[in-house]
Amino acid sequence: MNDKDKKNNRRNFLKNSLSVSGSMLALGLGPNIAKGGNNPSGTGEKVKVLTTEGKVIEIDKPATDCKIDPCEPPKGREARKGIPGRSFVMVIDLARCKNARKCIEGCQKGHNLAPDQEWLNVYLMKDHDEAEPYWFPRQCFHCDVPPCVKVCPVGATYKRQDNIVLIDNTICIGCKFCMVACPYSVRIFNWDKPPESDVPQEDYSPESSVPAQVGTVSKCDFCPDRSREGKLPYCASGCPMGAIYFGDKNEDAVSNGTETLRFKQLIKERVGYRHLEDLGTEPNVYYLPPVERMFDYKSGLKDIPEEKQRVYDNILKDEHPQKD
Amino acid sequence: MNTHKKINAVNTNNDLLKKLAHNLERPSKRWIFWVIFLILIILFGAYALVRQIIDGQIITGMRDNAAWGLYTANFIFFMGLSYAGALVSCSFQLLRIQWAKPLLRMAELLTVASLIAGAPFILYCIGRLDRMHYLFIYPRIQSPITWDVIAIMTDLLFCIAFLYFTHIRDFARLRDYEGLKVAKWRMKLYGFLALNYKGTPLQKKYLHQAHDIMAAIIIPTAIIAYSLLSWLFGMSLRPGWHSTIFGPYFVITAAYSGVALLIVIMWLYRKSRKLEEFITNKHFNYMAFGLLILGLFYGYFTFSEYITDWYNQTKPMGYLMAKFLDTEQYGWLSLFHIAFTLVVPIIVLGIPWLRTINSVTFISAMVVLALWVKRFLIVVPTLETPFIPIQDIRPEYNTYSISWVEWALTFAGIAMMVLIFTVASKLAPIIPVAEVEDVQEEAKPLIRFKTQGA
Repeated sequence: MNDKDKKNNRRNFLKNSLSVSGSMLALGLGPNIAKGGNNPSGTGEKVKVLTTEGKVIEIDKPATDCKIDPCEPPKGREARKGIPGRSFVMVIDLARCKNARKCIEGCQKGHNLAPDQEWLNVYLMKDHDEAEPYWFPRQCFHCDVPPCVKVCPVGATYKRQDNIVLIDNTICIGCKFCMVACPYSVRIFNWDKPPESDVPQEDYSPESSVPAQVGTVSKCDFCPDRSREGKLPYCASGCPMGAIYFGDKNEDAVSNGTETLRFKQLIKERVGYRHLEDLGTEPNVYYLPPVERMFDYKSGLKDIPEEKQRVYDNILKDEHPQKD
Repeated sequence: MNTHKKINAVNTNNDLLKKLAHNLERPSKRWIFWVIFLILIILFGAYALVRQIIDGQIITGMRDNAAWGLYTANFIFFMGLSYAGALVSCSFQLLRIQWAKPLLRMAELLTVASLIAGAPFILYCIGRLDRMHYLFIYPRIQSPITWDVIAIMTDLLFCIAFLYFTHIRDFARLRDYEGLKVAKWRMKLYGFLALNYKGTPLQKKYLHQAHDIMAAIIIPTAIIAYSLLSWLFGMSLRPGWHSTIFGPYFVITAAYSGVALLIVIMWLYRKSRKLEEFITNKHFNYMAFGLLILGLFYGYFTFSEYITDWYNQTKPMGYLMAKFLDTEQYGWLSLFHIAFTLVVPIIVLGIPWLRTINSVTFISAMVVLALWVKRFLIVVPTLETPFIPIQDIRPEYNTYSISWVEWALTFAGIAMMVLIFTVASKLAPIIPVAEVEDVQEEAKPLIRFKTQGA
């Protein structure tokens, strides 16, 4: 795509951005839409929308929350295609993460996971001896060159045109090769029978990932079913710090539910990077370095029970020399 | 019928067969108890497998980080033995190595027995055995697992064919041997399996060609198949696996473990079946030389692999290396591996006055055990050392520990292999009679040089 095309595309997009249909920008702006999972829908209600000039205006709330047609997540083969024209990305602002773990809770609730099943986790990381530790939320990176998809013997996991890597758990044979191949330890296995789900098996879509099946692999799905409804993924909408931005690279916009930013500009200005870039997997999750932090990393340890803090011993041993 | 048989009898001189026949006749009580014991172990393994299918893999020691464990290690181990058996028996066959003839059948049985006992281990790793047919309905040729499925099925087919071909002449001999005191159905079975082989020159020629062709096909098949298996690991980006040396390293490891186990099998048959006349000091001596050479190669490969990773370490590689040196983690297992694959075998096999039948056998048994440990050390520590540190409160998610289910199936696998040997050597003599009786034969030269004056 040359520059002219890009400009044209952007212009077209800007034209459309006020109409709610298909705009991630719009979804980011209604905090009440993005924040609450079950916002009451009704006509006559007003919602706030951001214009291209950055002004907030109020428009009539549409009858349905559907932003992408079809609203129903597709099943089976249809789910392998992806939403046309979309290029989903996530940006995580490490300066804002204080290990509140609300993202994990939201994700677990939304995907009906067992309490110990974590599709995303918040790690305590320390890059080198002199560095200050920081909290590092890690979702599936939805790589453009996904090592997991390469190795699947039955094509149960696949890469879609909208950047998302999904698993179809009705095809997965549970060989776990993808778990072994993923360099980011993203994938988890249903070792035990998954928790009971209200969703019947015939409503299963790889986009919603429920109900889970024993003996199959599951992982973060970037919540494309929520995007269809104009909602942010559970982790992004659940984060009280607004550390997780989700959006569309084609639209050049990412939102954390309270603010919507230009993706390219954000990455450029805040020196966004991708974790383990050297592995060549081309992730679609970007990190903003933990500079000018809003919190001390220690505040993230406050709510963690003493015995659970053991897992950070490796990182913290140099931080509290008196303890040794 | 009788006259016909006598006229066409393959060999009227049954001296050798007479010596070996008593092993095929009425099983002793000890033999029956042994078989029942093995079947009980296998049944317990079957029970463990049923429990694993019903309760899910939660009852194994595998968890999200160590998503593979003992099953995978066993799988590589048994496949290695199998490919080694194939390499050894086929090279002996093709190179017309005369002294090795009594060992041929053991090597061929090793190939098939370990393949049948070992291949199911990859299935035990699979979470949804009810979807196994998806491998054929939705195959993806890009996946190393698909390569492996194809390779193992090809190998199994070739090796069973080869094993059968090498049995045909002996089945014919047994069919025609009137002094054999076995049940009627067994005589009928020999007759059926012998495929009407009567030792006519044409039959002889064709069978001989079939042997050679199969042997020539199996050698590259075995090397390719085991390299493909190594790439199950080599293709991953993980530290400790992402190594270009893995293909050849696996092949040499396989050969080393297979030859070591062959020596143990030789010893066991020699003792239990009183085969001192056939499996002699010379055989142990020659096999010990072979083992020593393989051991030196193995040492070279092991050294190459570790020295390059150790000299300049990336961080993840450093963490992995530290685990091999830490006695609280994999230090003792690593030491055991190095001691009994490299140090002790090279000393014992290399110094002539230390080399006795018993010492060579003991060392071989230790090499087999240490190489099994090595397979565990290839699979598990790497999985426990991902790029992103494991920060999980549940200890079973941080380090792998083997559950009773996995042990039960492991012993069932070993019992299966032993059972196949026990039964197969009851059905046909463990020493290939026809092969040993053959006159000395030289390999067919590819290029015939003109001698002077001719």
